[in-house]
Amino acid sequence: MSDVDYLAPTSADAAAKALAAGGAAARALAGGTDLLVQLKSGRLKGGLIVDLKHIPGAIGVREEDGAFVIGAATPGATIGEHAGLVRAWPGVVEATHLIGSTQVQGRASMAGNLCNASPAADSVPALIAARATCVIVGPSGRRTVAAEDIPVSPGRTSLKPGEFVLEIRLPARAARSADAYLRSIPRTEMDIAVVGAAVNLTLDSGGTIIEARVALGAVGPTVLIADDAAAAIIGSRLDAAALERLDAAARGACRPISDKRGTAEFRTKIAGVLARRAAAIAYGRARAKGEN
Amino acid sequence: MSDVIDRPAAKAQFKVVGTRPVRPDGADKVTGKAAYGADLMLPGMLTGKIKRSPHAHARIIAIDTKKARALAGVKAVITAADFPDLASEEMAGGESAANVRDIALNCMARNAALYEGHAVAAVAATSASIADEALALIEVTYEVLPHVIDVEAAMAPGAPLLHADIFTKGVEPAPTTPSNIAHRHDLTRGDVNAGFAEADAIAEGRYTTAAVHQGYIEPHACVATFGADGQCQVWSASQGHFAVRTLCAKILGLDTSDIRVTPAEIGGGFGGKTTVYLEPLALALSRQCGAPVRMVMARDEVFRATGPTSGAVIEVKLGARRDGTITAGQIVLKYQAGAFPGSPVHPGVMTALACYDIPNFTITGYDVVTNSPKVTAYRAPGAPISAFGVESAVDDLALKLGMDPIALREKNAVRDGMKAAYGPTFRNIGYVETLEAIRDHPHYQAPLGPNQGRGVAVGFWFNIGGDSTAAVQITDDGAAVVATGNPDIGGSRASMAMMAAEVLGLPIEKVRPIVADTASIGYSMLTGGSRTTFATGMAVTQAAQQIVTDLKRRAAQIWEVAVDQVEWLDGAAVCRDPAKGELTLAALAAKSGETGGPIGAQVSLNAQGAGPGFGAHICDVEVDPETGGVTILRYTAAQDVGRAIHPAYVEGQVQGGVAQGIGWALNEEYIFDTDGKMENAGFLDYRVPVASDLPMIDTILVEVANPRHPFGAKGVGEVPIVPPLGAVANAVRAAIGVRMTDLPLSPPKIRAAIDGR
Repeated sequence: MSDVDYLAPTSADAAAKALAAGGAAARALAGGTDLLVQLKSGRLKGGLIVDLKHIPGAIGVREEDGAFVIGAATPGATIGEHAGLVRAWPGVVEATHLIGSTQVQGRASMAGNLCNASPAADSVPALIAARATCVIVGPSGRRTVAAEDIPVSPGRTSLKPGEFVLEIRLPARAARSADAYLRSIPRTEMDIAVVGAAVNLTLDSGGTIIEARVALGAVGPTVLIADDAAAAIIGSRLDAAALERLDAAARGACRPISDKRGTAEFRTKIAGVLARRAAAIAYGRARAKGEN
Repeated sequence: MSDVIDRPAAKAQFKVVGTRPVRPDGADKVTGKAAYGADLMLPGMLTGKIKRSPHAHARIIAIDTKKARALAGVKAVITAADFPDLASEEMAGGESAANVRDIALNCMARNAALYEGHAVAAVAATSASIADEALALIEVTYEVLPHVIDVEAAMAPGAPLLHADIFTKGVEPAPTTPSNIAHRHDLTRGDVNAGFAEADAIAEGRYTTAAVHQGYIEPHACVATFGADGQCQVWSASQGHFAVRTLCAKILGLDTSDIRVTPAEIGGGFGGKTTVYLEPLALALSRQCGAPVRMVMARDEVFRATGPTSGAVIEVKLGARRDGTITAGQIVLKYQAGAFPGSPVHPGVMTALACYDIPNFTITGYDVVTNSPKVTAYRAPGAPISAFGVESAVDDLALKLGMDPIALREKNAVRDGMKAAYGPTFRNIGYVETLEAIRDHPHYQAPLGPNQGRGVAVGFWFNIGGDSTAAVQITDDGAAVVATGNPDIGGSRASMAMMAAEVLGLPIEKVRPIVADTASIGYSMLTGGSRTTFATGMAVTQAAQQIVTDLKRRAAQIWEVAVDQVEWLDGAAVCRDPAKGELTLAALAAKSGETGGPIGAQVSLNAQGAGPGFGAHICDVEVDPETGGVTILRYTAAQDVGRAIHPAYVEGQVQGGVAQGIGWALNEEYIFDTDGKMENAGFLDYRVPVASDLPMIDTILVEVANPRHPFGAKGVGEVPIVPPLGAVANAVRAAIGVRMTDLPLSPPKIRAAIDGR
């Protein structure tokens, strides 16, 4: 590891200033579970690290009128301990919990997972399906963007120099809404998604899907929003025919590569399978909420 | 659940042997105090690092180290020029011969880099980051050459040649042109054509396995210091510090007597730590600069430059009569050796049909050099690969014959008095008993659900004896210290202490085992070949017996009676004359000064009569037909262990072997890109099983005692990795109805097979 400068500012504006001053070699640090590994392996060389954890609100989950605000450096373990968040967004929480090991969960954050810009990131399809937004702080102030607008290609984000994600916002839920995330890995844990699928949906009182969003991971250069897959189940009660349409539409959305983790053909097939299974789980959860 | 099946013939009353005391090395390991290879720190110690070839095959035109040497903080820079250019020399290794020149060239490339990751230079510097900078400043000029990694491509005429001086051995007449086929091994019996003519059913297949790594958690690590007077010390984690000493002496041109090697605690070896990579380099660096040098591999270096075992092609054809009698077998094995000759294809050939009594067979094995890391021993080297092919074919044969797969194996099982396929006559083997144990186990009859399947497979390993030394010393308070020269990779300290305690009549807590350095104990072959409990245990037992003899003499002297009036019972000398009472070990130790001085004995021996081992496994899987994912639902492994000295550690060996075999079967593989560079040199993408991937692995210890060992022990550590590849593949076949022939059985392959049904 080459020389590294480290700053731990106590305000968002100070952090933005520090990052801007650090130029291209400056990096925001949340949990560090990607950043420190990249520094140690030599993929990143030295430079300035700006630790976000000392910014008020950077760690923690708060509820605001049914919406949830998750600080950028909130570790996965903390996210899973927020009962309201778990109830409202079980898919986002289960996706976040798939990042790394129990030890890594003590540090790894959703914002870091998003800004690492891996198409295989587990929490990102769930965030995008959930229509999460991010509050970005930078030298020229704050802006709010959709989660899907942050990663632009593997390892690259739309963040400008000096910008960082301060918090992630999950919108307030309609009644009978739920989400789910599934991934395919060759093992049972400690692995990277070969395919990931998140489904977020809302039912009417009769159990018909009135709104849905499907996001697929590791089948394109960024997480893909499969609008046709969502359309395939809207208006249905997730009967077999709807599931079949969902499967086909999810497959149709895929633009995967073949690599050491799986072939393009396999990834495409599995995207359909997981979309179907995740939809069934989300549907079951939403129905259960309707019964409560 | 674990069962121990005692055979009546082996029944004997022991007080310590067969019990399950806490391991003597356990507390330090679970509290983090145990000192592993990377833990030693010496004053003034430097960090050593290795410059590695980025090319799979290249001629080294020049190495310019000037800039690296000029960097502040760099104290030594070495290349092959700092080592003697050795002549080819075969030397006896653990289970197979090794060529010292090849080991030296594998440690440091001379003229040619033969795989990505091959060491070409090394530095020692005052910090790791300076060492890294120095590596970047070393300028190596390469002429990149075509490479070949696939075993059959390497055998093909016109393949890129790794070595100009390899003329296939084992072929008559000897070839006059070099090739990548280093050795051909043939094993034949009877008339194979006549055997197939008798057959009513034929099963045949072509199977492949990928190169897999031993996957020990502890990377290679050492500290070395080269004294101004030429006396050297090495601390390292290995499976044999005497082997480290010998190899360092030969590679550096030193006297063995000038090198002292102290074994560090070892964090897994599985055969992969039976050679050297770092130690000669650390010594050469220390020789150049005078300071101690510590070297620790990163994980990607472990993958790129150590281990693995061969990727292979296995062709099997078996024929049987309608009643299940196997009449003929024809097997061809092609094993990757990596950059230098020495794949485990020979043991692959010898073990391929070792479980079967077959009158006619031909087995041919090819040892093939490839532009990949030189293979190193991996738990029952070579046997899991050939067994995967044979057990798959036997399973298909059972299907064709409509026979139960265990019944088919029982019908053709080797038994006492039969000549093994590889030559010797079997004595005191427990193979049939092991098959009966799984046949009669509730697992074999348990119902299966949809998408579930059950597979059976068997396996064999020779187990060896060999040179061992043990010293037993009695302390002044009447306890014992047991020193051996074998690193403890599988609980051997516990079993050594238990055998000594049994003979001395001491409670296990009064026997403290240590692994002594090369200067403190006599020569011992490395810990490998499942030899230590057998061979070193024999030396420990004999040393303890010598002490008992001596103690009886001392008691007789004190009592002024004839020695034959003294017996040794429960840790005390007892006189036939009841008036004399007894003398405990503590009492005799207290008076040792009056009876001849300190009490102790050392035994060096070459242990003969190791008993071969057999395993029979049942595996249940469930296949997700949509994702191709395989879940291991249940696994039961029966094994003839002779006599389990410490049954819990024997069970642990069986479970560990099964876990590694399952990883080999399902997900582990070396993946190379088109340039021959490894794409998955880390535990993220080189997928060993994680704990949640495996069910509890049930064990059945079948005890058919080995009469050549004082307590009946047979080697146990290697057999259990032999059957799982076939057991998993056979279970998957039963679950999906398709024979999968190419390991690993990763989800994409299974899904494709299901889609193609």
